[in-house]
Amino acid sequence: MAEPVLEIRNLRKSFGALKATDDVSLDLKAGEIHALIGPNGAGKSTLIHQIAGSLKPDSGEIRFEGRDVKPLDMAARARLGMGRTFQVSSLAPEFSALRNVMLAVQARAGSSFRFFKPVMRDGSLTEPAREALARVGLSDRANVPAAELSHGERRQLEIAIALALGARAFLLDEPMAGMGPEGSQALTAFLDGLREEAPILLIEHDMDAVFALADRISVLVYGRIVATGTVEEIRNHPAVREAYLGDGA
Amino acid sequence: MTRETAISILFVLALLAAPFAAQAMGEPFYITLATRIAILALAATGLNIALGLGGLVSFGHAAFFGIGGYAAGILVTHAFNGEPLLGGLPGTNQMIVIWITGALVAGLVAALIGLISLRTSGVYFIMITLAFAQMIYYFAISWPAYGGEDGLSIYVRNAFPGVNTLAPMSFFLICFVLLAAGLVLFALIRASRFGAALQAGRQNETRLAAVGIGPFRIRLVAFVLSAMVTAVAGALFADLNRFVSPSMFSWHMSGELIVLIILGGVGRLAGPLAGAVVYVLFEFALGGVTEHWQLFLGLILLAVVLFARGGVMGLVAGRARHG
Amino acid sequence: MSIALLIEQILNGLQFGVMLFLMAAGLTLIFGVMGLINLAHGSLFMVGAFACASVAAATGSFWLGLVASLAAAAAAGAVVEILVIRRLYERDHLDQVLATFALILIFSEGTRWVFGSFPLYLDIPRLLAGAVALPGGAQYPVYRLAVIGVGIAVAVGLYLLIGKTRLGMRIRAGESDREMIAALGIDIGTLYTLVFALGAALAGLAGAMVGALQSVQVGMGEPVLILAFVVIVIGGIGSIKGALVGAVLVGLTETLGRFLLPHLFGLMMPPSAAATVGAAIASMLIYVVMALILAFRPQGLFAANG
Repeated sequence: MAEPVLEIRNLRKSFGALKATDDVSLDLKAGEIHALIGPNGAGKSTLIHQIAGSLKPDSGEIRFEGRDVKPLDMAARARLGMGRTFQVSSLAPEFSALRNVMLAVQARAGSSFRFFKPVMRDGSLTEPAREALARVGLSDRANVPAAELSHGERRQLEIAIALALGARAFLLDEPMAGMGPEGSQALTAFLDGLREEAPILLIEHDMDAVFALADRISVLVYGRIVATGTVEEIRNHPAVREAYLGDGA
Repeated sequence: MTRETAISILFVLALLAAPFAAQAMGEPFYITLATRIAILALAATGLNIALGLGGLVSFGHAAFFGIGGYAAGILVTHAFNGEPLLGGLPGTNQMIVIWITGALVAGLVAALIGLISLRTSGVYFIMITLAFAQMIYYFAISWPAYGGEDGLSIYVRNAFPGVNTLAPMSFFLICFVLLAAGLVLFALIRASRFGAALQAGRQNETRLAAVGIGPFRIRLVAFVLSAMVTAVAGALFADLNRFVSPSMFSWHMSGELIVLIILGGVGRLAGPLAGAVVYVLFEFALGGVTEHWQLFLGLILLAVVLFARGGVMGLVAGRARHG
Repeated sequence: MSIALLIEQILNGLQFGVMLFLMAAGLTLIFGVMGLINLAHGSLFMVGAFACASVAAATGSFWLGLVASLAAAAAAGAVVEILVIRRLYERDHLDQVLATFALILIFSEGTRWVFGSFPLYLDIPRLLAGAVALPGGAQYPVYRLAVIGVGIAVAVGLYLLIGKTRLGMRIRAGESDREMIAALGIDIGTLYTLVFALGAALAGLAGAMVGALQSVQVGMGEPVLILAFVVIVIGGIGSIKGALVGAVLVGLTETLGRFLLPHLFGLMMPPSAAATVGAAIASMLIYVVMALILAFRPQGLFAANG
């Protein structure tokens, strides 16, 4: 079996007495969508923060493509190819959608210390950025400032940015949140194809989407993974039914 | 051409025209006023790189302004008395050498200050930049070799090849060309990849890091560039007054530079120029009426901050647009 | 250099530190509770000094002057908070810096307008006029000891106020969660005005006490303000404890640096050069200390908010 793209071992993080991440181990293999589900407050976003580098774990290991990334900060992990979206959209609000994506193109090229050439006349930035916008269906909103985009459009824009980064793994934190049913369906279809490009660690509350997409599902409850398995296994797992599906989902 | 660019060019042309009109009307004093505007606008344009584009509220840019001023004062002092500087280098009265020296020293000092202050943000950054500028201010006061508290006089304005710098109009044109160069530099940086990263860092630092660009190095470079531009303005200011003193390092100076930007419009190309025009004319007009003009300046500033955000450029050119 | 001289300098450093603490406590409290950076805090220091000096001159009583300084600074603080400052809480730091910078211009120029450019003088009250003998034989002014005493009393008072009273509980709640405090039905506007006036009164008290040690003049608050910034950057913004530790550290470093460094350089070079170099280095010493502390602890020694 090939080595997983992302490997998490015995990760722990506490805030005071609260164990937000309690001995979590999981991995993400090439070509798969691994969904992470769990009730609110289970510590899903906290886990993503630690993987992406915006939060320091107390102990444990995080390996990305075989490399220990724990000493690296968020920017360095992004440069290795962690394409991450935020639960609450995090964009440059004054920049247009296009310029937000161009920033990722520029970052991927590692060329932020160029002082004279105007970016808007630089085809090597605008072309890939337009392509990424087109892939998520935002072409006609390219020149709208991010602050004026709708909630759903901002989620799409975040994914376009991750695409433009040439991510080698996607960490998507509730990409469907705030989208209408049509938007969710379109995004589900899109993500379905995306797994060929790079594996996806998907946090999502939309169970239809999770069951339609996931190759494997891990269930997080109070910072602990209580079960990992295929869609069928998880549907029928007693601990899951009790802890999570009984939660009204 | 955007409306902002057009209005910016209009401001620049008006500044260029003013001294010629003054000369034609036989009011040479106004040439000095226009020169002052050009120099302050250049200093604030430097600060605008850090503050306007990067959101780095440096309350210590007087340090770099003063370093430029002292570069002029110290180099020309040594040129006159013939004593070598530290390291045996001779002094000079050549403006170009002075500008480069001032900019390099200011850039070096900015790198040191930035290394410490840019690890923090928000209020810490404001207070730390203020504190370091104050450190240099006290050093200038207590170091007697170059006049201490009394400052240094520049008896003959420094030289520029092929130009009689003593003629007010010639000196104005030197300052004007440098201001224009500063504005072009600002516009280029703002539109560049570096500028994109810098501005994104101001809008959302997390986003910048999430695409893999570390904000620290970007900001450090911006801070250094910003200091270098302000230092060149400081050298010109010394030549304008033919005098440098520790007051160039004072925190009032740092405050004034920020005020220029706010009056004109934060992050706007011509913001510092518009701000300098308003500020200098206001100082001149009101200063003639009452010696307590700073009280009224305070009131107007307060009104601008509380009620008229966006400054002059916000009023005449509308909201800022980012492609 | 005798031991007596050293003790005297240490006491001077403590007295200076205590005065910085009065300034820094208000600044850090205002930042901690309201998230506001107030450059005009030095103006409130000046208001206190002028109120004390002019009332003392008119009535002949330093003590009435002291009361007047507290009242004037607190009133000025409350008025400024209501008219200007409360519009700034939701603004970014740049706006706060600008608006409070404008307030400095208004206060300074307004004071110059009313009192003129000549400094006022404030005599030390007769009750505290003498000196006490230090071990080693030197004399030390009672007044400076009294200033140290007042500073310690204020520190204890603030500790009790914030730790043990209802107002203190509200202040702490305001620091951690504004919505919470609104939900508790506390009038947050009044609370903020109170905190601001309290900080102002402390600054006014410092100004009045210092006014008897030096001349009372426009702009006297600004050097103190900047040192108070250094204090709270070192101590950690929002932390009263940090302000106390930082203030004493800065007070001692500043005073002892000016005293000891020329002696120190005197071991290596001729006296006149040593005096010059020593003074120049001493003027930068606290900033070097600040830089060193920040290099290891960017959020200061006692970071209050994360």
